[in-house]
Amino acid sequence: MYSRRLELSVGAFVLLGALCLAFLALEVSGLASTGDNGTYRLSARFDNVAGLTTRAKVSAAGVTVGRVVGIRYDKATAAAIVDMEISQDFAEFSEDTSASILTAGLLGEKYIGLSTGGDPNNLADGDMIYDTQSAIVLEELIGKFLLNMSSEK
Amino acid sequence: MIDWIAGVGRSTLSQVSDLGRASLMLMQAIFGRSNVGVYGRLTVDQIYAVGVLSLSIIIVSGLFIGMVLGLQGYTILTDYGSEQALGQMVALSLTRELGPVVTALLFAGRAGSALTAEIGLMKATEQLASLEMIGVDPLRRVVAPRFWAGVISLPILSLIFVSVGCLGGALVGVSWLGVDSGSFWANMQASVDFFDDVFNGMIKSVVFAIVVTWIAVYQGYDLVPTSEGIARATTKTVVYASLAVLGLDFFLTAVMFGEI
Repeated sequence: MYSRRLELSVGAFVLLGALCLAFLALEVSGLASTGDNGTYRLSARFDNVAGLTTRAKVSAAGVTVGRVVGIRYDKATAAAIVDMEISQDFAEFSEDTSASILTAGLLGEKYIGLSTGGDPNNLADGDMIYDTQSAIVLEELIGKFLLNMSSEK
Repeated sequence: MIDWIAGVGRSTLSQVSDLGRASLMLMQAIFGRSNVGVYGRLTVDQIYAVGVLSLSIIIVSGLFIGMVLGLQGYTILTDYGSEQALGQMVALSLTRELGPVVTALLFAGRAGSALTAEIGLMKATEQLASLEMIGVDPLRRVVAPRFWAGVISLPILSLIFVSVGCLGGALVGVSWLGVDSGSFWANMQASVDFFDDVFNGMIKSVVFAIVVTWIAVYQGYDLVPTSEGIARATTKTVVYASLAVLGLDFFLTAVMFGEI
């Protein structure tokens, strides 16, 4: 009474939906690439984080090692504190690691670049990075440039 | 003047009673004594009718909308020298907005109108009354399977639409216009979040599915049983469902993405 073709086509339809969900999860949103072995948290103190947002990439030597999970304002030092979650796969950053806010391309999004130093001790969960380089604010750059131009004359 | 006020009152009363009857119908169809074994099979039948048969229009329009997004996005982004952000643009606009909304609009036109016409014709030819005569509840025998089929099918169609659209965008962007394949997909993966974007889009799609199918089965169940009544109810289904989808989309977007 129940046609086999109809059952087959409905089954194929539902499977196609599941396949598309998997495609969206893995290929489009890159779900698999985060959080395989857990993460640990590092913080960094910046004078200026202009343009940085949560979920921005954290990279070391161009490889994405984690994400920004929070940006706070520290009243005592009048600086911004950026919380980052770093994958456990990349657990070896020395204690004199420096962090800088970089831009992907001319108009691309801001991200944090970490560069390891030579200290034998490594940063652990919850540690703070003090050696930082702030975001470049375009207006300040233009201001400096104009100042140089006028002083050269 | 008095007549005018009375007119406002009459139309308000009829709107409210319409809404009440629609809610009652839905409640009785869903929460009536369920008989999953028999009615589940009817639902599978209906998934074939509203879901599988809508596949072709969904895939074709998804592909072309993705390709148009790729083409238009490229011409704009290339002005700013940031055409590597094309994947991000295509994927975000598809998962957040175009996927759920366009699928729901197409679904209202392709499957919603068919549901209304089918149930309406059953009513006009007194098949619903005959079912009641032999002791079968038409709400559960006719309306409930169609409702569930719509609610199940539309999110699946929406997933397919978004996936095909992303592939269409990649086809135009990467294969034709020469955006680097690596940066296209990497940018897409970096900016699309599964829960914020894909999952919220699916929530939208489920809401649209409930509203569109509800309007379609109610218009069919409640129409004036004449050929003219069927024509009018079918038109109403498409118009009301499209307006409801577009209006709800604004509210859902404001709630989901308002802060970002």
